[in-house]
Amino acid sequence: MNSTSVATTETAAADRWKSISLVFVCTLLGAAAQMLIKTGANTISHKDWFASLLGMLTSMPLFFGYAMYGLSLILLTLAFRHGELSKLYPVIALTYVWVAGLSVLILHEPMNTFKGIGVALIVAGVGMMGIGGAK
Amino acid sequence: MTTPVSSMIYVLVASFVGSFGAVFLKFGSMNLHGGWKKFATNLWVWAGIIAYMLSSVFFVLGVRRGQLTILYPLVSLGYVWTLFWAKMFFNEPLTRAKFAGLALIFVGIFFLQLGNR
Repeated sequence: MNSTSVATTETAAADRWKSISLVFVCTLLGAAAQMLIKTGANTISHKDWFASLLGMLTSMPLFFGYAMYGLSLILLTLAFRHGELSKLYPVIALTYVWVAGLSVLILHEPMNTFKGIGVALIVAGVGMMGIGGAK
Repeated sequence: MTTPVSSMIYVLVASFVGSFGAVFLKFGSMNLHGGWKKFATNLWVWAGIIAYMLSSVFFVLGVRRGQLTILYPLVSLGYVWTLFWAKMFFNEPLTRAKFAGLALIFVGIFFLQLGNR
């Protein structure tokens, strides 16, 4: 391997880590966004469709939730510049870990063994998809 | 609190629409040489943002009733669609490991539903 191909390989590796790191930041933003959206959605009126629409447009938690979601879409686009979509996109599954933890801690949803196993399997599954492997 | 089927259907529609968001952003990411101005006028990026906004509307309709721990992982079915779009549009390989990963996700979702009873 000559010096040019070593440099190319190092650049490719650095790009890959940059992409994965960007998607990782997206998972943190996504988890925070989902908590805000859930909090906002719970306060929306079920009276009629107009009251629901008005509630959606004026809820502050929903607004900030969507703003975080928008920021994470910009970062996601930057991340997608390098590497396979089918390997990078599943990294977003880390969001489940943060959301499941936050749902129990903040929203006081019940936690049990089944849910714990489910979250672990989903994370293992998307991790395996990310690794990819041979055909 | 149980999670109604209507909420699950809303979230599944959200996952389908959202999977196209990923495809649009990937197309957009291929044409980003030229700074922020190029980014802001990139129609693929806007198409991706619109797809995700639409997906979020369905998601909000879905999560109004039911548990986030159950409904949110259902969005992971978006990875199934994305895997096929990645093959179709970007010719990324469909590997055994990727399908095994999807199987684990399905079993994971099943366990989450058991936990919801």
